[in-house]
Amino acid sequence: MKKNLLISVWMTIATTILLGIVYPLVVTGLAQVLFKDKANGQLIAQNGRIVGSRIIGQAFTGPTYFHSRPSGAGNGYDAANSSASNLGPTNMSLIDRVKASVATEGGGSAGPVPVDLVTMSGSGLDPHISPAAAEFQVGRVARERGVSGDDLRRLVLSHTEGRQLGFLGEARVNVLELNLELDERFPLRRQAKAD
Amino acid sequence: MTANGWFQILLFLALILAVTKPLGVFMARVFNRERTFLDVLVRPLERLLYRITGVDENHDMAWTEYAFCMLLFSAVSMLLLYGILRLQQVLPWNPQRLAAVAPGLAFNTAASFTTNTNWQNYSGESAMSYLTQMAGLAYHNFTSAAVGIALAIAFIRGIARREKETIGNFWVDMTRATLWVLLPMCIVGALLLVSQGVVQNLRPYDTAKLVEPQQVQKTGADGKPMVSAEGKPVMDNATDQTIAQGPVASQEVIKELGTNGGGFFNANSAHPFENPTPFSNYLEMIFIFAIPAGLTYTLGRMTGSARHGWAVWAAMAFLFFCGVTAAYWAEAKGNPLLAGVDQRVSATQPGGNMEGKEVRFGIANSALFATVTTDASCGAVNGFHDSFTPLGGMVPLVNIILSEVVFGGVGAGLYGVLIYVVLAVFIAGLMVGRTPEYLGKKIEAYDVKMAMLVTLVFPLVILTFTAISSVEGFGTSSITNPGPHGFTQVLYAFVSQAGNNGSAFGGLNGNTPWYNTSGAITMLVGRFFMVLPMLAIAGNLAKNKYVPPSLGTFPVTTPLFSVLLVGVIVIVGALTFFPALSLGPILEHLMMTAGKTF
Repeated sequence: MKKNLLISVWMTIATTILLGIVYPLVVTGLAQVLFKDKANGQLIAQNGRIVGSRIIGQAFTGPTYFHSRPSGAGNGYDAANSSASNLGPTNMSLIDRVKASVATEGGGSAGPVPVDLVTMSGSGLDPHISPAAAEFQVGRVARERGVSGDDLRRLVLSHTEGRQLGFLGEARVNVLELNLELDERFPLRRQAKAD
Repeated sequence: MTANGWFQILLFLALILAVTKPLGVFMARVFNRERTFLDVLVRPLERLLYRITGVDENHDMAWTEYAFCMLLFSAVSMLLLYGILRLQQVLPWNPQRLAAVAPGLAFNTAASFTTNTNWQNYSGESAMSYLTQMAGLAYHNFTSAAVGIALAIAFIRGIARREKETIGNFWVDMTRATLWVLLPMCIVGALLLVSQGVVQNLRPYDTAKLVEPQQVQKTGADGKPMVSAEGKPVMDNATDQTIAQGPVASQEVIKELGTNGGGFFNANSAHPFENPTPFSNYLEMIFIFAIPAGLTYTLGRMTGSARHGWAVWAAMAFLFFCGVTAAYWAEAKGNPLLAGVDQRVSATQPGGNMEGKEVRFGIANSALFATVTTDASCGAVNGFHDSFTPLGGMVPLVNIILSEVVFGGVGAGLYGVLIYVVLAVFIAGLMVGRTPEYLGKKIEAYDVKMAMLVTLVFPLVILTFTAISSVEGFGTSSITNPGPHGFTQVLYAFVSQAGNNGSAFGGLNGNTPWYNTSGAITMLVGRFFMVLPMLAIAGNLAKNKYVPPSLGTFPVTTPLFSVLLVGVIVIVGALTFFPALSLGPILEHLMMTAGKTF
């Protein structure tokens, strides 16, 4: 009895040091050497400033950008407060919220809106929209930026990832990277002046 | 549903089939203390650990001592976790200067991680320091899994041994499960995950300048959106995004491999830093099933009947397939109440019910993950079950109700299914009018009584707490979805905690005195009241004489046995919980198809 009690105390201490301290530090060391960029969150720097992470979404709501999905994280794409909406399928709040999003995206006149563009993701930080959701917005962004739809489609295509290894997951478009290049290639007039 | 979706699901099952035997053989060798290729590296570490802690590795324990050590170790390590949670503000590796965790929440969290549940009434990125995550939470991901594996091995020994008083040494089993099985796989797995983009660092949170600044509603000191005196929202110009970081990969891998499920971040495996690509997602699902599937083969090998192991595997695979089919079908159909929305599946969009799901995973991989995580007692999620369609959300619920024996938790799944095996053999014995036998051991009244104790405690604790929470104000005030869905939120909470799963209908506000306390009790009962009768059966079986099979013995190696096992699992689970299910998801489904909202 007393022997086993002592063992359990020593076992807890020894395994905490091994599994709770040594193991994560060894993995951190290896990860920082082997995959430095990925281990640190694939941050994008522009003019010496961090403008985001390649794999964390940001809110885009203005007409000149491709919109990202609605977000339940904090007050929208708060990457220190990841969260889903957790609204049930029969909850009136969900139905009304989707209806409002459909109106914002110009559904109705432009036909039904691709579902991912008007629903919140699980993390609230989804960096992607579906290719259909990007195509749905090409008309609006082209008009606002005064560029041809085909030029824009080519840009979207260059930021579209297919299924991984050809069959895993779904095709997707990275919204932040797409919009960053949008500003670079087809800047708005006020942005052009500012530069 | 698409052909590609089905291909991913079937390939997944094929990969699990492929790892079952190699892993099963390896684990049998580890726990029989035979030579393995890892001995050179790990054996010195094992010896050192025994020398420090004073373990006599040649001492064999009766089931009572085995159980006692397991309880002692759980209690001591739970206390340490409670201490870390309460003191994290003065401990190192806390770059965000997060405050101490409140006592009620700390108790709930300590119980949760010690019991392999990982129910979380907190958000990791805003409540837990890096040290707490590594040495407190991820640490328990290792030990609670190692304890589970040890218990399963002890049960197998009980079946395999003849006229013996002992079932092994708890300290040795737990240590070998950690050093030979979990730790090596974790180091490799963590690096694989980092290669996909799972972060692994100790840096403070980063701040990014938003590309398009946003007008957002200010958050008040109470954490709620601020409104002015006239009731108008108070707006703020947001120009920055704070990006939470941390040692995620090292925790992510053991979270799946040990079927723990506690997310580093609030969004769990939906978070891009926990699960960045479809490949990382596939890996994580394979990690969840790998050890539980392997243990079925270990069972067959250590009891000398490999075909029995496969018969159990087949029953599990069948139940898995039923679950994933139902979930995939329901989620791909989408939500009929949404207007003006294109939910069709096409080459350019996943379609279906995308609320609470990530684009990179789509419907097939979200439905598959939800099935896998609840078949096993993992509880990690890559899509939020609260926003699933009623029937899609019922699949995870039913999986846990069946006691998570479809491959199941590491160890817990195997000893859980062995309880059902005892019942199945008993029922078969009744049908032919003979004393039931299992792999050469007579199943006696004592064993069946203990098995019934396990199957009765589970619904008793769930239904009692669910009933109280559904009528009392302190229970109903946490519900966030109206109508039958709200009842499902409460039912799911107690089912998940009693089953030591840890996934949730996440809308339910669990961080209240009532849910913190009742939840902690439920988790402790769900773990230890299941384990003690199970070990008692193991001890009793070990004592018994070997009875050679005769013409009247019901063979446990045939498809007929698999069918009977599935029947017992479904009937015991379904009949107990059918009334509760009909008040929750079934009712909600009928209302939804009738166009009713709440």
